[in-house]
Amino acid sequence: MNIIGVKNLTKKFGDFTAVDDISFTVKAGEIFAFLGPNGAGKTTTIKMLTTLLFPTSGEIKLNGASAVDEPDEVRRSFGIVFQDPSLDEELTAYENMEFHGVLYKIPKEIRRQRVKQLLEFTELWERKDELVKNFSGGMKRRLEISRGLLHHPKILFLDEPTLGLDPQTRNHIWSYIKNLNKDEGITIFFTTHYMDEAERVSHRIDIIDYGKIVAEGTAEELKSRTSTLSLEDAFINITGHSIRDEEVGRRDHMRLRRRFWHR
Amino acid sequence: MSAIYILWLRQLKRYFRSRSRLIGSLGQPLLFLLALGFGFGPIFQRAGGGNYMEFLAPGIITMSIIFTALFSGIEIVWDRQFGFLKETLVAPVSRLQIMIGRTIGGATVAIFQGCIVFLLTLLVGFRPGGIHLILAAFGFVFLVALLFTALGTAIGSLLQDMQGFSLIMNFIVMPIFFLSGALFPLNNLPKVLSIITRINPLTYGVDGLRGTLGHGATQFGLVSDFLILGVITAILLAIGSYLFSKIQI
Repeated sequence: MNIIGVKNLTKKFGDFTAVDDISFTVKAGEIFAFLGPNGAGKTTTIKMLTTLLFPTSGEIKLNGASAVDEPDEVRRSFGIVFQDPSLDEELTAYENMEFHGVLYKIPKEIRRQRVKQLLEFTELWERKDELVKNFSGGMKRRLEISRGLLHHPKILFLDEPTLGLDPQTRNHIWSYIKNLNKDEGITIFFTTHYMDEAERVSHRIDIIDYGKIVAEGTAEELKSRTSTLSLEDAFINITGHSIRDEEVGRRDHMRLRRRFWHR
Repeated sequence: MSAIYILWLRQLKRYFRSRSRLIGSLGQPLLFLLALGFGFGPIFQRAGGGNYMEFLAPGIITMSIIFTALFSGIEIVWDRQFGFLKETLVAPVSRLQIMIGRTIGGATVAIFQGCIVFLLTLLVGFRPGGIHLILAAFGFVFLVALLFTALGTAIGSLLQDMQGFSLIMNFIVMPIFFLSGALFPLNNLPKVLSIITRINPLTYGVDGLRGTLGHGATQFGLVSDFLILGVITAILLAIGSYLFSKIQI
């Protein structure tokens, strides 16, 4: 069964076409990687899927409901960890979690239990009563992820969830997400810059470049199709550039630096 | 309901945590009260206007309410810039509920601010008519707070960043305040200004507050003040909700 269905989706900003007539589906229970260089249209696509942005044309179905015509219905079926910060820095870590839990109508008992479990898991429990503005970049990131995992939706969007985290924490978080996928059948839709991550955890991959989907398949299929040994090489082969090429690298750098200054 | 409550609670927490904002926002009303109250008091009296502090105090209380309310509404822009807005916009809660929670939260904060300024006016010599009138005044305070938070929300929904902020201050907020009768009586104004004051919703808020907190003298009558204010509040709530529901990020 397809839980996400996108048909002829296009988004234009003035003259610029950010997403150019793309179509794809994601099956229920799948871990789906949506890869592409910066500026390829990943985040714009996710914004449209999550009702934050109206498409210029095309159709989006999430769990049977249209993201354009039935946004309230669609919002009931997904959770998201954003690429950019989205915490309330004037609230404590616990309050941010609590806010999310109430907004998503998680019963009090389960809420308390899960908040504790998740904050312990991301090693923030000790500092749960501190204002988020006093947190380091990594701590904020961990809190965002904890918050995103608090309610167990049908579909979980993760936009660069582990960017800027150390490899150990990344592994740790991915094993948690994989368990969620296995135990509760939550569909995972994620983007990442870490090719090893995509290769290891995803069931299926779509590659988007210049607003168009240029390849689709499992990591194995993409590798054998391009006769390459790693997904990283397959990616370069398909798009003609690395996910972290010169320009991307610089932009990434800026983003990391911005996070640093916002600590 | 729980969604409205948690959004309301958030506004309150943010407000009471920023002490500097709390104290800073008392500076302006205090300055107005002291400088204008004592500065113009004697002239006002000599011109036959009576006790100026009695006239001015309801105006200054309204001023603190509309400033706080508008800022609470416009805070959406900060939430947008800090990213938190996204968190509320993707939640499985209708945008109407989110808007209502925010607005009531902002209004509550503004009412609280108005109460503090009311206490300040007592310190500088303002004497309200009576306890029962203070209760009636709350009705007006509530409407004014709600109206201007909704206006702030409407404006905040349209703004991408704080660039347009001084524009709004100088071309919307200040004129609304100065042409509301908060500082001077509205009779004998030039025709054009007189018309502007009549279409300014705050005029009816100030008039109503003066009629209740002050000593019963109103220009338009308490009932019409209340009705006009109520209708405009409802309209602005509708506009604010609509614009808020159309926000894209």
